[in-house]
This record gives sequence, C-alpha cells and structure tokens, in this order.
Amino acid sequence: MIQTFPRGGIHPPEDKFSAGSPIKVLPLPKTVNIPLSQHIGAPSEPLVKKGDKVKTGQWIAKCKSFVSANVHSSVTGTVTKVDKLMDSSGYKRMAISISTEEDQWEEGIDTSDTLNRNIVATADEIIQKTLDAGIVGLGGATFPSHIKLSVPKGKTADVLIINGAECEPCLTSDHRLMLEKGEELMVGIQLIMKKLNVKKALIGIEKNKPDAINHLSSLAKGFGGTEVRPLKVKYPQGGEKQLIKALINREVPSGGLPVDVGTVVHNVGTAYAIYEAVQKNKPLIERVVTVTGKDLQTPSNFMVRIGTPVSELIEAAGGLPEDTGKIINGGPMMGKALINTDIPVTKGTSGILLIPSAEAKRKPVVNCIRCTKCISVCPMGLEPYLLQQASEYKKWDIVEEERALDCMECGSCSYICPSGRPLLDYIRLGKSTVSKIIRSRKQ
Amino acid sequence: MSDIVIYSVITVSAMGTAAAIILFMVAKKFNVVEDPRIDLVEEELPAANCGGCGLPGCRAFAEALVRADDISNLKCPVSSSEAMSKIAVILGKEISSQDPLVAVVRCAGSPEYRTKTNVYDGTPSCTISSTLYTGEAGCPHGCLGLGECVEVCKFDAIYMNPETGLPEVIDENCTACNACVIACPRNIIELRKKNKKDRKIYVSCINEEKGGVARKSCKVACIGCGKCVKVCPYEAITLENNLAYIDPFKCKLCRKCAPECPTNAILEINFPVRKQKAEAGAK
Amino acid sequence: MDKLITVSPSPHVYGDDTVKKLMYGVVYALLPALLISVYFFGIGALIVTTISIVSCVAFEYLIQKYLMKSEPSISDGSALVTGLLLAFNLPTNLPWWIIVIGALVAIGVGKMTFGGLGNNPFNPALVGRVFLFISFPVQMTSWPEPIVSRLQYTDAVTGATPLAVVKEGLSAGVPMSRLLEQIPGYMELFIGYLPGCTGEISALALLAGGLYMLTRKIITWHIPASIFLSVFIFTGILWLINPYDNADPLFHLLSGGLVLGAVYMATDYVTSPMTPKGMWIFGIGIGVITVAIRIYGAYPEGVSFAILIMNAFVPLINKYVKPKRFGEEVKNG
Repeated sequence: MIQTFPRGGIHPPEDKFSAGSPIKVLPLPKTVNIPLSQHIGAPSEPLVKKGDKVKTGQWIAKCKSFVSANVHSSVTGTVTKVDKLMDSSGYKRMAISISTEEDQWEEGIDTSDTLNRNIVATADEIIQKTLDAGIVGLGGATFPSHIKLSVPKGKTADVLIINGAECEPCLTSDHRLMLEKGEELMVGIQLIMKKLNVKKALIGIEKNKPDAINHLSSLAKGFGGTEVRPLKVKYPQGGEKQLIKALINREVPSGGLPVDVGTVVHNVGTAYAIYEAVQKNKPLIERVVTVTGKDLQTPSNFMVRIGTPVSELIEAAGGLPEDTGKIINGGPMMGKALINTDIPVTKGTSGILLIPSAEAKRKPVVNCIRCTKCISVCPMGLEPYLLQQASEYKKWDIVEEERALDCMECGSCSYICPSGRPLLDYIRLGKSTVSKIIRSRKQ
Repeated sequence: MSDIVIYSVITVSAMGTAAAIILFMVAKKFNVVEDPRIDLVEEELPAANCGGCGLPGCRAFAEALVRADDISNLKCPVSSSEAMSKIAVILGKEISSQDPLVAVVRCAGSPEYRTKTNVYDGTPSCTISSTLYTGEAGCPHGCLGLGECVEVCKFDAIYMNPETGLPEVIDENCTACNACVIACPRNIIELRKKNKKDRKIYVSCINEEKGGVARKSCKVACIGCGKCVKVCPYEAITLENNLAYIDPFKCKLCRKCAPECPTNAILEINFPVRKQKAEAGAK
Repeated sequence: MDKLITVSPSPHVYGDDTVKKLMYGVVYALLPALLISVYFFGIGALIVTTISIVSCVAFEYLIQKYLMKSEPSISDGSALVTGLLLAFNLPTNLPWWIIVIGALVAIGVGKMTFGGLGNNPFNPALVGRVFLFISFPVQMTSWPEPIVSRLQYTDAVTGATPLAVVKEGLSAGVPMSRLLEQIPGYMELFIGYLPGCTGEISALALLAGGLYMLTRKIITWHIPASIFLSVFIFTGILWLINPYDNADPLFHLLSGGLVLGAVYMATDYVTSPMTPKGMWIFGIGIGVITVAIRIYGAYPEGVSFAILIMNAFVPLINKYVKPKRFGEEVKNG
C-alpha cells in the first residue's frame, strides 16, 4: 500500500545527485564557530570563556529556559572568542569560537562503532540524556527534542511516527543515514517508543528510496512494533502534519500539535542522535550534511562537526564551481540562502546546495491571473493568492481570518505560480505581523 | 389622457409623502446627538487622514479633541500651530506649543561607502528583506534602499535618490506625520526639530557595533570614538552603545562637532560653506 | 568571487509554467476548432479570425503603450486568446469594421478599463460579443451555410442556427418532432456541419481541445462538467415532462455555443471562481441560466449572457466559498 497526503502538493525535480555517495567523515577544521542559538527558543548561555581548554563533547553552553537546548564542543582545543558572530542571515548572534587541536574526547563517551542494542535506560533517563545531549529536531525545524519526548498531562500518544520521507529535492542526508546507520536508528526508535510508552512505530519513507525501504523493512523484523511504510513521492510529504495524515489519516487541528491526535513525529536523524546520546553517552556534536549542486564536482554526504565553516564542506566536495549564483543552507524548497561561505554548520543544517547563476534568479513578476494553481497545491487548504494580496495591502485582519498562521512555508504556491508572484514572501510577512498582533492583544 | 396624468400625479405624490413620513420618523428615532464642535474642529484639521496623531483619521482626532479635558497630549503633527490654536479657541482649552519637526534619514551608506556583497532577489520590500537577512551591503542597521518609506508617504515628501540608493526628505513637503518612521523596519528615520532655513546637524548612522566592525561594513559609520561628545559646548551629544546621538533640542547648530568626526558620519545640511573647508579644498 | 551571489527568500526552484505557456496552450487547444471552421466556412472564417486577433493585439498594445503608459505585455498571449475567442463567437460573414469595434470593446472596455490582465471581472471576449450582439443584431444573427459559402465572405448564403429554428418553430406552435426534420442530425451537430459562429460549430474539435487542456492541467474539469451536467439535467427534466414542446438534452448540449462556452469561456482563469466548490456553483448557475434563456427568454441562445451574469457573482462566490482547510474538521480514525 502506497500512502500519501490527499490535498495539494507538488512534484519538483528530485535532483538527488548525492544519493549514491556514502557518508564520509570530514577532516577536522582549523577552527569551529559554534552558535549558541541553533534551535528554536531561547539562546543557551556560555559556560566557558576565552582561553579555556575544551575537550570534544564537553558541555559549553547551558539551556536556561524550557524551550532551549544545551550546546557541546565539537572539537578539542582552546576557546578563542565568545562573541557575536554572523549567522546565516548576516545578523550577529552569540557564538563560541574554538581553535582545533588533536581530538580528545570527554570522559564517559563511547566513541566506538559497536552497536549497543541493550536498552537499560529508564524512561526518565532517556529524556534526561536527550536534554543533556542538546538534541534538537534534525529535520530542519530544530525544535528541542526533549520537549517532544514529554507528552503533556492529559494527552496520550499511541503511535510514533519516524520521518524518513526526505521530500526536499536534492537532499540525501537522511537517505544515507537510513542506509548506513539503520540498526542504530532502530535502537533509537525503540528508545523513543519506550519513553513515550507507545507500542507502535511507523517509519515513513518516500518510494524514491527503495534501498532504504528494503533495508529498514528487513531490520524492522528484528524490532517489535516497528513498521516501514512506503510513501508516494510528493512534496511536502515530510511536513509533520502531512506525514501524519498520510500514515495514520489523522488531521492535526489548526494551531494544534501532533500529540493532540495521539502521535509524535521524529526525524530519522533525531532518532539516531537519541541512540547516540542514550546508548553511547555522546552529545550532539556532529551530523550528516549533504553537499550538492548541478555543477559541483563530487556531490557528497559528510559527517560534519557542528561549527565547521560551510566553505570546508564545499572544498571537500570539489570546490565552489565558477558559476555559483546562490548558496543554500538546506533544500531548494525551504532552505535559506547564505550570504557567504564562512557561515558555520549548525544542528539544523541538513544540506548545502549550490545553484548555478542561471537558475538563481526568480521569474519576472506579472499580474495574478487567478489560475487557482496555488490553491490546488496548498497542502494546508489555504488561498495563497488572497493571503498575498491582503498582506501586500496590509489588511492584517483578513490575513488572520484566512488562517495565514496555518501556513508552514513549504513554498509550493510560489513554486507553481505561473505569474512568478512572490506569494510566500508576503505570506511570511503576514504571518509574522499577525502573530505580533495576536501577542499584543494578549497583553 | 388627462386621467393618466392625474392618476400618476396622485400616486407619485402619495408615495412621496409616505416615504417622507417614514424617513422623518426614522431620522427622529435614530437621531445621534453629536457635538457640533466636532465638525468645526474637523474643518481646521488638514483632512489628510494620515494617522500621524495615532488615531484613524482626522474625524476621530477631532472627536478625541472635543472629548478630552486636557488636549495637551493630543497632537496633530501635520497642522500648523495657528490651526491648533484656532482649535484651542473653538474648544476653549489649552494647547501646548510644539516645535515643528521634520523627518531625517540617518544613513549615508551609499554604494560608494558600503560595498555590495550580494544581490537581493526577493520581493522589493524593506520589511521582507530585513527579516530575511542583513541586506545587500551587509550592514545590519543601514538602509536597505527598497523604499518602503517612500511608499507610505502621503505628502510626496520623500523619494529615493537613484544615485545613492537612499531615501531623501523634501523638507517643505514633510509634515512629520511619522508614517515613514513607523514603516522603516530598521528605525533609521527620526523626527527631529526643524531649524531655520532647514538647517540640520545629525549623526547619519545608527550602527551600534564596535568601531572596527561598524567601519568595516560602512566607511561613513559612526565608530563611537566620542570626539564629538568632547567638543560639544552644549552637552547635546551623548554616546551610547558605540553610537553618538545629537539631541536636536539641545543642539545650537554651532557646527563644532562635524569637523571632528573621523568618518564624516555627522552631516551638516543647508549651512553656508565653511571657510576652512573651502581653503582646504583649494589646496 | 567576482560575481555577487544572490540572496532571496525560499523557495529557490520554480515550476515551468508561465502565463505565456498557459495562454499559448489555450491557443493550441483552439486550433482544431479553427481548422474545422475553415473547412466548413472557408475564407470567411480565416478573415474574421485574422481581423479579430490582429485588432485585439493591436488595441492591447496601443492602450498599454499610450494610455496606461506601461510596458506592453502583448507577448503573454492573453490578447491573442481574447481575439481568437471573440472571433469564435462571431459569424464568419461579419463585416470587418464590426469586428474591429468588437475588439475595441473587448480589450478596451472589457479588459483594460479594469487594469489589464487579471483584474477584469468579465470575460473580455464575451463583453465584445454581447456588445456587438446588442448593437448589430441583424449582422450578428445571420450565419452562413456551411460548405456552400466557402468562397464568399460578407455575401455568403445564410441560414438559421438549429437553436433559432427550434425557438421560432416552438413559439409558432410547431411540435418538436416536426422541427427535428428541419435541423441537422446529432452526428452533424457533433462534427459541426451546421450554420453558426466561427468556432462554436464543432463539438468534437472543441472537446478534443478541452481534453488537451485538461491533460496539460491548463483547466480543471469542474466548470465544464458542472455546466454540461446542469444543462443535461435541466433540459432532461423539461423534455421528460413534455417531449412535444421541448428539445432533448443531447440537442441542447451539442447545439449553439455551449461547448465553446463551457470549455473555453467559462473556464477563463480571471473570471471564474477560485475553489472547486465555487466552480460547481458557478457552472451550475451558467447551465441553469443558459437553459432558462434558451427556453423561456427572447433569444435562442444564452450561453454568453449566462457566463457574463455568473462572472458578476464570482467575487461573491470567492468571498464565501472557501477551500476545506487542513485540520478544520477533525475526524480521526
């Protein structure tokens, strides 16, 4: 049975150039810059100062509020700076810079590759270790994972969903992870199931990754309650709400959370990180990053330490092509354009995509011809053309009424628009303005 | 034939009378007693409905003026002081006198001083661009040059200078309605006291970063060196967060600060040419 | 790096569709109907179509350039589509100056007064057609006989459309069974061997073009289907009640401009509703009004009027008929 979500969606060219290249470990960079807000929520507070010696895996910044995450040193070396540094948007945010020396791991971390299937941790220990290890959603949203592991009072989850859809074109990091770290991933899933106390876990994988589907299906037989479900290839299959709808046919209500319909969704990368944190005592200091692009010499997947400058990844994949028009952190649909290549890899970096300059420019904008294509592709059943107009003319009441806040910014509307209209640009503006208005109303 | 005329006249008059009676009753029943002074006050207001007073339109402002006991807090930035004193006479209330203000753009980062590091290809809107990233020139505080202030101005008092890529205010047209100040996502535009002959001296930068960093992103940035603070005889200049600020109400336009600035971040506008400068130029 | 990199908000890839491609898609879909028309009506069809297209594109260019003082956008093909559709709604023996007037009204009044492509509430081609229909009723209701008038233009031998024959016959009290002998059979109606406007005659060619537009996803099926269905049901009920005074539903579907209207005119992006539900309401409205005009009204044909009337309701439909939002009705299980 091939499942998918029923409403909307698009089929952009997949362009998964790096699907066949195994994960390579990137050599240690000379310096790393580790930002203190790599997650949604409050920035964490530094525990080290300039001149301190740190070991790999050492705790260097602490989360102060509930919605936040710990940060660990990804290398061994000396702290050179605890200061504001440019993040991917060019604005300055707090970051810790460390100059690298020979790798020396913090005590108590199991750095071996041996699989540890034996689950001894209790539910409380699992959540504590997830919190300690600074794990956030590695699919790109970077929401702190320990919050998702704790089901709020009065609500129950009966099924765990593991997101292996990887619907973004070009990206292959989850795909490679499923192929190469399948068993660890399965143990990670068992850990999450144990914490949430659910008996069933569904792994949703799009059908364009048959090797991953086969591999995980055969592994799933050895683990109780897990099942691999192939999904039709359609963007945005990996959207949390879309995936839930596709797999268990439940609709998360507007403004609600997956747990409202009795489920919790975690990315495959997160499940693997939870395995490492609980079974190996290893904090989140590295992740798989796809480096890809049409003109790139060797599109590859790297295991990268957090804080490594993007330029090193591009060098390792054959160097920046002459004709690069855009450098994107993430996939082509939801990724963020970078202003230079000095930006460090963060917990949320799933890929680096290079777009040739011929394809970097947008289409010329012409009048909306009301072709209804944006409505038919919107997976949330919104009317992008209307939201765009209302937002452009600052009719915030209409933007709110037409439920702009339901928009998850998948970009399908802007993708499909034959008039090249910047639908998502304005919807995003509308969303941020409306949420400001709502916040001020509450006060 | 005459029958038709008579019948038509009778029916139409009957209908007219009935309608008149109904209208009269309705008008009586739903009559809203309104202070006649509201209309008088509204007549004195500029009727631009710019919202500069903080209320939705001139009518609402007139109502607020009539309702309030103390109108010294209600200010129409557009009206002249004569108009406001006329209103005060109508209402028999006191108004506070207010200095005329004018909008000032506090960024001088033309491409010549701020090199472009990338090309923005999104919607030409300052707010959208500003939420996305620091902008084409990489200065996180400077003007994005996409003209949202020009768009909101109802008085044609601000335009984009195509050479510098920065907005410029036409002082005669500016009514200090505050629309551009609100529109600018980077808070670059400030309302400052209007001086004689439209003269003004101000720090044309709002970059709060440390000197070196600020200088790196823009050659005419304020680097927070504090030279101007020392030289000012009226204590009009303050330095906070690596940024100098000239208080327009304390400043006496003595022009001592401007030549001190190592980055030429302090602008003097509409002053006669300096003697020393002219000589220096001749050399 | 010498060249500066580009920064823009996501998404960073775009689909292939452009307004131009969509408009030319409609033009391609209309070509079979044009060919059939040229086969039956000869040079008249060619002349009318050429004049209409040339004057529509020219008026759009002139108005944009000299009145609106903006960059002319005739290359997007929308004026071409308007010109083609206007020609399709005119008889092939119409004098050239009437066509030019129609084009001016279609482009000038129907489209540009509202701000150009995307802003017009009414289908421009239909505005032009209805204007001509009311202003020049004699010329607009004389249709050349097919095949015999291949080499004539304005001096062609004319005949009445099947709908006009039926309308006049029924109002004169002639029973339907007798009238059926005077009009072409279903097969001829389907292929297009009958007097009529340039492009409306051949249901076959029009449906083929419609199928092409459906497969290319230029239009959705909702509007044509709802129009056909409502016409079929409405006329079917009348026919079942009284087969002596009413034509059968198949006749109504195949005759007049119904197929052209349903597939090409009502589906015009700008003037049709935004949601599938709204499209159904729109289509059913058109179907019902068309049949009402054909059977109870003064004119034998009412598709153009029906579409224009429903065009006026589109803003209202768009305001109240919303797509089903995700997570709106929480039905779990």
